[in-house]
Amino acid sequence: MGLIGSLYRSSVGKKSIMAASGLLLSLFLLTHMLGNSVSFLGRNAFNTYAERLHSLGVLVYIFEIGLLTLFLIHIITGIILYLENLQARPARYSVNTSEGGRSWGSRTMPYTGVIILIFIIVHLMNFHFTDKSVPVADLVRELLSSPSLAFFYIFSLVALALHLSHGFWSLFQSIGFNHEKYNPLLMKGALVFSILMGTVFILIPVLTLVSRSFLL
Amino acid sequence: MSKIELTLKIWRQAKSDAPGRLQTYASGPISTDMSFLEMLDVLNERLTREGEEPVAFDHDCREGICGMCGAVVNGHPHGPEKETTLCQLHMRHFKDGDTLVIEPFRAKAYKIEKDLVVDRSSLDKMIISGGFVSVNTGGAPDANGIPIPQKNAEEAMDAAACIGCGACVAACPNASAMLFVAAKVSHLALLPQGQPEQARRALDMVREMDALGFGNCSNERECEAACPKGISIRNIARLNREFLKAAIFSDED
Ligand code: HEM
Ligand code: FES
Repeated sequence: MGLIGSLYRSSVGKKSIMAASGLLLSLFLLTHMLGNSVSFLGRNAFNTYAERLHSLGVLVYIFEIGLLTLFLIHIITGIILYLENLQARPARYSVNTSEGGRSWGSRTMPYTGVIILIFIIVHLMNFHFTDKSVPVADLVRELLSSPSLAFFYIFSLVALALHLSHGFWSLFQSIGFNHEKYNPLLMKGALVFSILMGTVFILIPVLTLVSRSFLL
Repeated sequence: MSKIELTLKIWRQAKSDAPGRLQTYASGPISTDMSFLEMLDVLNERLTREGEEPVAFDHDCREGICGMCGAVVNGHPHGPEKETTLCQLHMRHFKDGDTLVIEPFRAKAYKIEKDLVVDRSSLDKMIISGGFVSVNTGGAPDANGIPIPQKNAEEAMDAAACIGCGACVAACPNASAMLFVAAKVSHLALLPQGQPEQARRALDMVREMDALGFGNCSNERECEAACPKGISIRNIARLNREFLKAAIFSDED
């Protein structure tokens, strides 16, 4: 704990923890996205995928605990950073403009973060703390055919994409990787990654709303 | 020589603990050949003649190298021109009838002394905490006695271009001093002379920066865009690298 403690006592250390947890969460998101895309192969494939995943038993349990820990670390560190940053400039400027460095993603990190947090709670209530005997394809159709819930999902997933559009580049900078040769590629890569994630996740509520045959 | 007239809204604050406010002045005719500070000189001459307190502002070299000047003009530290200090900003960049809001650099770690004069000695404190190399006195070393790759020499020089004006802090949404600290840590980490104290320096300077109440870096890149010397945030990545290397692998604490 000595190292973690000393990292927590410094600004750069906290950012490296933010970056490491953000990277691992992004990797989780990548596998989640791949898993979700099985739904495009049809109802049977998707249900089978979900059953196989649940049959992993204790592994699923361990994974869930790990994920919860990562989220808690990321969220608590994010809140600490946010509050410290607010305190660092007690008197505001009368004119606020950008020098051109900030992006939509970077300026909204704390807000998109909170949206993701609320979304995760709703999402877990919808799909985790629920009757597990219903096949997942039916659960998806049942829940997301409600336009209000589907729009909430779409809205939250746009926020997630925005969070990643900055976060997936920022994490490399935070752990000290910014090379002249690769940085432009990394910035574009983060944008592509976030758009890809957003699109695949958003397709599910959109298809449920507009397609008569999706997951049926 | 053409002339323009501007509306100036300038932050007036009698002393550190007094409340301040924006006060509006008509600039009168201003030559477009003037620098921004000369424009303030003209205003101050008039205020003095009228028996009013002139606007206090920081300045010294007026040639963009000392890092003393600086104010936030319409939200931009050192004004809207890229890679230009306030003293080197010319009035030809403004149009007749423009309104300019002129405020001091703001951060918890900066103290407003009066009007636009800001105590930025917190920057010096960070340099004192580790922004140096320790060398023995004695005979002058041979030039080029220590081989340094050209690329390192150039990157160190780019980092050393920092004039310590502190506009990076003023521009940062979090009032973080990472670009300033990164410039010094990079400058010395890139050169052989900086190696012996490398780990100590990164740890001490970051610790001092945090203790002084500067914010955290969210990689917003506003500092780089505001820096009058165009110092790159690649230096911040190098600082992060140096810090993590020292925190994880070195014996220093
Ligand atoms: C799947 C979910 C999430 C992923 C993949 C993710 C990913 C990331 C990544 C990669 C970063 C960049 C780290 C860096 O700059 O080094 C980041 C930053 C951030 N995240 Fe998240 N995040 C997620 C959820 C959340 C949640 C739920 C919150 C808060 C309630 C949050 C709040 C923040 C904040 C405030 C930052 C900016 C920290 C700073 O630069 O000062 N994130 N996130
Ligand atoms: S007065 Fe010296 S840099 Fe502007």
